[in-house]
Amino acid sequence: MTDHKRDIDEVSGVETTGHSWDGIKELNNPLPRWWLYIFYGTIVWAIGYMIVMPAIPALPGMGMNNTLGISGHSDRAAVAEKVQELHTERAAAASRLVTASLSEIENDMSLQQFALAMGESAFGDNCATCHGAGGRGAKGYPMLADDIWLWDGTLDGIEYTLRHGIRHTEDPDTRRNTMPAYGRDGILTPREIDDLVQYVLNISGREADQAAVNRAAPIFATQCVTCHGADGKGNRELGAPNLTDHEWLFGGEPRDIRQTIYSARNAHMPAWQGRLDDPTIKALAVYVHSLGGGEK
Amino acid sequence: MSIMDKHGKLERHSLLLTVGILVVVSIGGLVEIAPLFYLENTIEKVQGMRPYTPLELKGRNVYIREGCYTCHSQMVRPLRDEVERYGHYSLAAESMYDHPFQWGSKRTGPDLARVGGKYSDEWHLDHLKDPKSVVPDSIMPPYAFLAKKKLKYDDIEDHLKALRLAGVPYTDDMIANAKADLVAQASPNADFDAEDALVARYTEASGREGTVKISDFDHNPKEITEMDALIAYLQMTGTLVDFSTYEANDISNRR
Repeated sequence: MTDHKRDIDEVSGVETTGHSWDGIKELNNPLPRWWLYIFYGTIVWAIGYMIVMPAIPALPGMGMNNTLGISGHSDRAAVAEKVQELHTERAAAASRLVTASLSEIENDMSLQQFALAMGESAFGDNCATCHGAGGRGAKGYPMLADDIWLWDGTLDGIEYTLRHGIRHTEDPDTRRNTMPAYGRDGILTPREIDDLVQYVLNISGREADQAAVNRAAPIFATQCVTCHGADGKGNRELGAPNLTDHEWLFGGEPRDIRQTIYSARNAHMPAWQGRLDDPTIKALAVYVHSLGGGEK
Repeated sequence: MSIMDKHGKLERHSLLLTVGILVVVSIGGLVEIAPLFYLENTIEKVQGMRPYTPLELKGRNVYIREGCYTCHSQMVRPLRDEVERYGHYSLAAESMYDHPFQWGSKRTGPDLARVGGKYSDEWHLDHLKDPKSVVPDSIMPPYAFLAKKKLKYDDIEDHLKALRLAGVPYTDDMIANAKADLVAQASPNADFDAEDALVARYTEASGREGTVKISDFDHNPKEITEMDALIAYLQMTGTLVDFSTYEANDISNRR
């Protein structure tokens, strides 16, 4: 209000706000100069920023979406560029890696190191969730650090598994087999399944009820040999596991084996083709191959 | 007396100050919020995005109810290292049917915007039941009870209707068949006609094949549980948009 009387504090000689609370008054000091100039500076900066960077949205009906600014900056374009830079940096080694054979990689120190480093970091994010750090596996998730392979332990075989997955329905080239759920689907009676459990225990060299083993022999011969073989040693072509090697993906206790026969397992691994690029898949194959059990 | 000295007048007059504040704040709102409603490039034009199936929607509700968002964001930011780890940065279009959206930047757990299809159903089941069994260092609490809780879906039509009011393009057909669709998605090989109808409905909405995953997500064919719904939702996240047809460099998609 213009008729406001200026009230000057006697002690400091500074104008007060004019309010009085029980005789206490508030000094109306001006803002510190340095603070004020920075404030004005930010306003000037904002104007400059609006000119340089994308800023002002168009009004309705004006067609263009917003001013692009002199710089034409775009976060999305920037990230695309940075990813591109990264890929260019890798390109020489990566393109060599994609076409290299196992022996070429093994004989080229720098290429091998490149593949292992890239494979290890990709493994940590994408694969270790199931197969564990270093490929140690878990119940239901195959160990990759040993020399037991359900499908194929060669470099090309591992790469194929990575690309197409296992029982990945969306990929027609996926590795696939289907063990029937003998109990759940009523193919065998519970008693026959109990006998089969004893049979499997027997061929894997453990104590078993011999009478049950004899009863189960013809069932094994009709139901199981097609995939697991007459001696139960499995068949890699079909991804059928060896039942005699004391290694159990889903547990080797009688109740685990019973569960496997009763409702089947048919685990699933996603296909990584499309989600990961070719060099990463190859690097992963080299890394997994190097974990301990890679085959020539 | 320059104009800079006149603020005393504004400060001493409460009504004038209130009006001044309103003017300043509404300029901010008009410039920052209003254009989002008329600009054509607020939501990118993409192919493949569709409303969530009833089962996925129920799973999303479980996700929100259990507070998964307090630790997991669903937004891959346009930063090199995030794009390298999680995949393509998230688009506005990918959450256009989210009410509410699940963006965020606080990540106690990893971002889940592109977790769909990354792991198997079995893994999600094992992991949700006991995260430490597959990720020993995990600090995520177990959600084993979801596998025992029967999914309540009597009200699924109402959920779809409510979302339609909010702008999600559910058709009458989708709403009428919501229950059947929900059951069909969690019960493979039970009723092939129902499965085909579900896939046809949502494939048409998406314009893209293969966006509807039918599976017995919790490996319990006897009943549909909350675990079925949650895994169905997780396996869908980030998989709908067809990035092969997305023009990242187009001027309308720049941000």
